[in-house]
Amino acid sequence: MSPPPAIALPAESVAAAPTLPDLWPPVKPLRGFTGFLRRHPTVTIGAALLIVMVLIAVLAPYLGTVDPTTLNTSRRTREPSALYWFGTDMLGRDIYSRVVYGARVSLTVGFSVAILASIAGLAIGLVSGMVRWADGFIMRVMDGLMSIPPILLAIALMALTRGSVGNVVMAITIAEIPRVARLVRGVVLSLREQPYVDAAVAAGTRMPMIILRHILPNTLAPMTVQATYICASAMIVEAILSFIGAGVPPTVASWGNIMAEGRALWQVKPFIVFFPAVFLSITVLAVNLLGDGMRDALDPRLAKGL
Amino acid sequence: MLTYVARRTLATIPVMAVVALFVFSLLFIAPGDPAAVIAGDQATPADVERIRQSLGLDRPFLVQFSDWTWRLLHFDLGRSIFTNLPVTTMIAQRVEPTLSLMVVTLLLSIVVAVPIGVLAAWKVGTWIDRAIMGFAILGFSVPVFVVGYLLAFFFALQLEWLPVQGYTPIARGLWPWLENLILPAIALGCVYIALIARITRAAMLDVLQQDYIRTARAKGLAQRPILFVHALKNASVPIVTVIGIGIALLIGGAVVTESVFAIPGLGRLTLDAILRRDYPVIQGVVLLFSFVYVLVNLAIDLLYTLLDPRIRY
Repeated sequence: MSPPPAIALPAESVAAAPTLPDLWPPVKPLRGFTGFLRRHPTVTIGAALLIVMVLIAVLAPYLGTVDPTTLNTSRRTREPSALYWFGTDMLGRDIYSRVVYGARVSLTVGFSVAILASIAGLAIGLVSGMVRWADGFIMRVMDGLMSIPPILLAIALMALTRGSVGNVVMAITIAEIPRVARLVRGVVLSLREQPYVDAAVAAGTRMPMIILRHILPNTLAPMTVQATYICASAMIVEAILSFIGAGVPPTVASWGNIMAEGRALWQVKPFIVFFPAVFLSITVLAVNLLGDGMRDALDPRLAKGL
Repeated sequence: MLTYVARRTLATIPVMAVVALFVFSLLFIAPGDPAAVIAGDQATPADVERIRQSLGLDRPFLVQFSDWTWRLLHFDLGRSIFTNLPVTTMIAQRVEPTLSLMVVTLLLSIVVAVPIGVLAAWKVGTWIDRAIMGFAILGFSVPVFVVGYLLAFFFALQLEWLPVQGYTPIARGLWPWLENLILPAIALGCVYIALIARITRAAMLDVLQQDYIRTARAKGLAQRPILFVHALKNASVPIVTVIGIGIALLIGGAVVTESVFAIPGLGRLTLDAILRRDYPVIQGVVLLFSFVYVLVNLAIDLLYTLLDPRIRY
């Protein structure tokens, strides 16, 4: 694309205007990947923290941990020390090992829910946005689902199934789908009025191709941002479910479970609750920072406001 | 206007119907025999059969649903499997603490969040703005029970300013009632404050760019009337909207907050019901909270016309 022809200005008015370097110091454009990271520090911080957490989860067996399910009744509720970095719980299990392995559960649930809810929400949103006769019905159902507070919906679903990581993922996913579907539908409704979609229709492009080439790519940016927020909220909901006894089975070392076990003793042994709480908060913060940064980077109009 | 109120009110009926249908169908969507799941792993076949009978699960789906809806319309939510009390009675016994907690949290959040949101918008780009927005993102990220334990640890256990746990009915005096609710309300309010402050700031930034704000400045009005009279009033619609949407966060958070602070409300009822697999109680609580949520948002929709006279229906 060639730049538009410059408008010819009278020579004296150009000369009278102060030159830019007098007003601003020259700005070095930040280009490339490192430039992107420097322009969006929240993305950098969020991504860095998240990578550390992922590494902790992946490398859990090599980080000086012992089996997080080993019971030892002779060393119950020890304070943190050189031997037991984060102390031991009521059953004598090493809290450091349990917290490190707990990262696996939280991240698995967070990422799985984000991906599954995005895919399902995308499909429902696309159908609702493109198929007019289905729109009213689908959106009423989504409105109804959205009227049930997500945590309660997940609690109700978990009360009917056996506690397992897979069931927790399914329960939280179902609770999150309506939000994605609504977002995608809104984007699709505005996209289908775009001239380039009309042009594609006029050119005889088939509907599946229009969706694939012209609609879908434009939903990806807002979807990605939404997916990070879903990931963050899924990790919190998982911890809440486990904390109140409706989540993953108590034998699994998850941050919510460790806190649930520490709940009875928290006034005398606050460290049992403290360490998983810190890890959970940092992880959720990392994902939220990443989401905020990506929203700013992908949608500069929104960045100004929120 | 009146036709709008009527139309908008009627529009909540299909939403509530979907909620009811969904909450009811959960029993059948879940994999496996619902009676066996509710009975638990140690149940004998006789137990399973008893639960199947008491929930009426041996009848066709449509018969069960119409029967259940009919009773629901008469405010009958069935009986608890565990205590055999009517679910409505059990809910009524537990409503006060939860309602108190939510009202106190709601008021506290609005009183804190709106001014700091306005402040952030006024001082946009400065360190004050960044600090407030930083706290907001922290508020989104730290789960409610973590805030709850931290507050209880410092202000109740260490400093002994406030009671650690428990609840006092409002009938025993205003201060004893409030004293027990301060820490839970702050813990529960964190996410909510973050949400409202963020939207307030965004809405204010939008309004502060309008021509009439420049006019108000040009005619020499002081900063405060501009911010709170001219700007905030016109920014109120998105703020009120998010307050309504945020009630869902409040409801979910209340269940957890009550268990951290040992408040005997609906959250505790839910918790006990989960442990006992008392499904009618869970169903009742979920339905109640969902209907409250729908009705609050209905009220807020109707409020728009008062806040912004330009909105005509």
